Amino acid sequence: MSASGSVSTVSRDDNLVLSSEDSSSPDESDLELGLGLSLGGNCGFKLQQQPASGAQYARIFTAKDFPSSSLSSSSSSLSRTNHASAGSKRSADSVANAASSWLFAFTLLANPKFRTYASWGILGILCTILIDMGPTASQVVGWPPIRAYRRNSMANQAKSVATEEYNSMIEKHKRKNGVVEKTTNGSNKNNGTSRTRTSLFVKVNMDGIPIGRKVDLGTHSCYETLAQTLEDMFHRPTTTITGMRSSIQEHDTRVEATRRSKLLDGTSDFVLTYEDKEGDWMLVGDVPWGMFLGSVKRLRIMRTSEATGLAPRLQESSGRQGNKPI
Amino acid sequence: MNYFPDEVIEHVFGFITSHKERNAVSLVCKSWYKIERMSRQRVFIGNCYAISPEGVIARFPELKSLTLKGKPHFADFNLVPHDWGGILYPWIEAFAKSRVGLEELRLKRMVVSDESLELLSKSFVNFKALVLVSCEGFSTDGLAAVAANCRFLRELDLQENEVEDHRGHWISRFPESCTSLVSLNLACLKGEINLSALERLVARSPNLKSLRLSRAVPLDALQKILMRAPQLVDLGTGSFVHDPASDAYNKLKATILKCKSIKSLSGFLEVAPRCLSAIHPICHNLTSLNLSYAPGIHGNDLIKLIQHCRKLERLWILDCIGDKGLGIVASTCKELQELRVFPSDPYGVGNAAVTEEGLVAISAGCPKLHSLLYFCQQMTNAALITVAKNCSNFTRFRLCILDPIRPDPVTMQPLDEGFGAIVQSCKRLRRLSLSGLLTDRVFLYIGMYAEQLEMLSIAFAGDSDKGMLYVLNGCKKLRKLEIRDSPFGDTALLMDVGKYETMRSLWMSSCEVTLGGCKTLAKNRPMLNVEIINEDDQIDFSSDDRQKVGKMYLYRTLVGPRKDAPEFVWTL
Repeated sequence: MSASGSVSTVSRDDNLVLSSEDSSSPDESDLELGLGLSLGGNCGFKLQQQPASGAQYARIFTAKDFPSSSLSSSSSSLSRTNHASAGSKRSADSVANAASSWLFAFTLLANPKFRTYASWGILGILCTILIDMGPTASQVVGWPPIRAYRRNSMANQAKSVATEEYNSMIEKHKRKNGVVEKTTNGSNKNNGTSRTRTSLFVKVNMDGIPIGRKVDLGTHSCYETLAQTLEDMFHRPTTTITGMRSSIQEHDTRVEATRRSKLLDGTSDFVLTYEDKEGDWMLVGDVPWGMFLGSVKRLRIMRTSEATGLAPRLQESSGRQGNKPI
Repeated sequence: MNYFPDEVIEHVFGFITSHKERNAVSLVCKSWYKIERMSRQRVFIGNCYAISPEGVIARFPELKSLTLKGKPHFADFNLVPHDWGGILYPWIEAFAKSRVGLEELRLKRMVVSDESLELLSKSFVNFKALVLVSCEGFSTDGLAAVAANCRFLRELDLQENEVEDHRGHWISRFPESCTSLVSLNLACLKGEINLSALERLVARSPNLKSLRLSRAVPLDALQKILMRAPQLVDLGTGSFVHDPASDAYNKLKATILKCKSIKSLSGFLEVAPRCLSAIHPICHNLTSLNLSYAPGIHGNDLIKLIQHCRKLERLWILDCIGDKGLGIVASTCKELQELRVFPSDPYGVGNAAVTEEGLVAISAGCPKLHSLLYFCQQMTNAALITVAKNCSNFTRFRLCILDPIRPDPVTMQPLDEGFGAIVQSCKRLRRLSLSGLLTDRVFLYIGMYAEQLEMLSIAFAGDSDKGMLYVLNGCKKLRKLEIRDSPFGDTALLMDVGKYETMRSLWMSSCEVTLGGCKTLAKNRPMLNVEIINEDDQIDFSSDDRQKVGKMYLYRTLVGPRKDAPEFVWTL
């Protein structure tokens, strides 16, 4: 009995082993690759791959990196999902990028071969791009391609590199003695749902304190708890491991609001402000929490006296509780 | 040609275990199809939406082991919204109803609810093995149900899942009569664990070979557990922090000496580098070492450790080992087959922990290397060409340059030639991930040379549709293609629509594909589900077909559009 062709197509499909159809032969015409100063698009360069998300990276600009669509960066026809990802600003890079771009431009112009109409166009584009760039949007969603689980683990572990392991060992001995102890209370997720919390670490600086801190906005769900945490962080400055451990615990729990924070109601010498994606410094608390998460880049606890231009209530109540730092 | 009785053929088929081969065998003739399907015990389903659970049961009524994969790979990197799908419950429900004798369940990137775990634990009397990789949606309550009800449980393996930790002593739910455990992997659990219950469980599991503990298990508890299980072959420590001068630490050192069978070591989820010397005595036996979750170990301490590991075949490590450390690996670990170097600081700038030098050293020193995942700051064409010359055995080559469009820093050229050398030299390459500045040329090379390629990941690469076309036309064995942020559009997508039915799936996000293109494809190919993920209401379905699609995921299927798609997912 020969292998019959009557084996049903159902089984063939079923196996998901379909014979591949004959594909057309590959196009073997000459590739127009490489860097050429051909006139195309709206700038003098052959356009290289534009990172479609429009984000900037830490790198030396080469000729290939001048995409035309960055000139129209306002037209966001490309999707930009807004997952909170563990963020570290790379503001130093925008300076590096700017410097290297100018260097490149001057190198280009120095070479007589390139002193064409096109290269002046490039210079013009450079100016536009550099003006356009503003603060570096340093994070691209999903890059580098590290599993979310690993990413979250690393973010949490970064705090646990203890220089004095002995202290932390004592700490742990006291708490973990074969007894079940509930410190994490199902609290890595939003209530009830099985959403994964992603970390959103932002820097926090307080006027008058040279060393900054970082806070994970992902563990908070409202302004109260955030302000609470910040008050604790800066009211009780600690460099011991105990302090580090307790802040580690916080990152694994959802912080619960207990009292109204002085930072928010204007009774303190300080106000809580944040820098948003456009580089402006804003008062914390005006927009819904979710919107805040989407636009915050870093926080600053600012002296009320410096917070000029804010609502009268803050200027009235400043100086009322002069004793406490917060 | 049926000269043999069915029983003989069935017996012969018993030696054929690979899924591909069994599929091939079933196509020969009706009789073989029937024999194969009745005798198939292990079923692998790479895309849970390609077929329905009822369909699987109808064809393979005797199945005992099921492997299911849910979300697309890029879901690992937060590119797929939660609630996209990949839900387990319908599968358990269907299997329970038809009284399939399920014994093993392996899941990857699926949403597993506590209800499904409970139903699972109560429906399958002989259930033996549960392996969950990158799953979510369950809590320790679900685990408690599995512990309590699966009387013959041998394997509970939780890898990198997001598990909600509730109050409750779920470990204590393993009955005293449960003595069958062979493998227990709890490393991803975040909450506290009843240590004495765990110790008792280990003590009554004489067959336990693999044990991976969570961060909540401190070093002194580890010592007590190891005393009960000196036969372990695979150990994952929890927290490895202690005062090296203490009694507990010295006890651990002595206990470890008794564990002569340990070949695989992982964990160190918290580590005091001064404590690492406790494991030096067992390093000479290690074939697998995973320190990729161990924070803050200095390069020198890593080097001291690695120098004892001459038999190492698999190494997962953080980039703080540095190029120098990789050089030591190259000169010490001559049996190395798989290397993964993860970034310790993914957003760090100028943190040139490992560069192309480390990779070149490894390729020169480790002739058996065939699987690589390498995160680095930079790569040069020259280095890749050298690596290709040194190591032509690669089956998996994944290179991730942290700046995704960085050119060769020496020549400022794209990395086309380097990757081209890799695909030309490594004739058995099955999986490839690209990064760095890349033009269409690299895809020309891939189409020409990567004949065995099954999975390709592209990000921020290429110049035009030609790039994607080279790949689609050239790689005959391509099964999974995932592309993000690359200028491939409708022309490439629609050139050869039949190709996608030979593949498992295609992912394209932030490319140039338009809604109209996707609609055309979906209309022509009813055997494909073309899904658009529409977050933030970016696309109005009734509007312009010329609008670009943010995220598209298409896959072949026998069962048409899925019924559990959330509202932001449109199946065209």
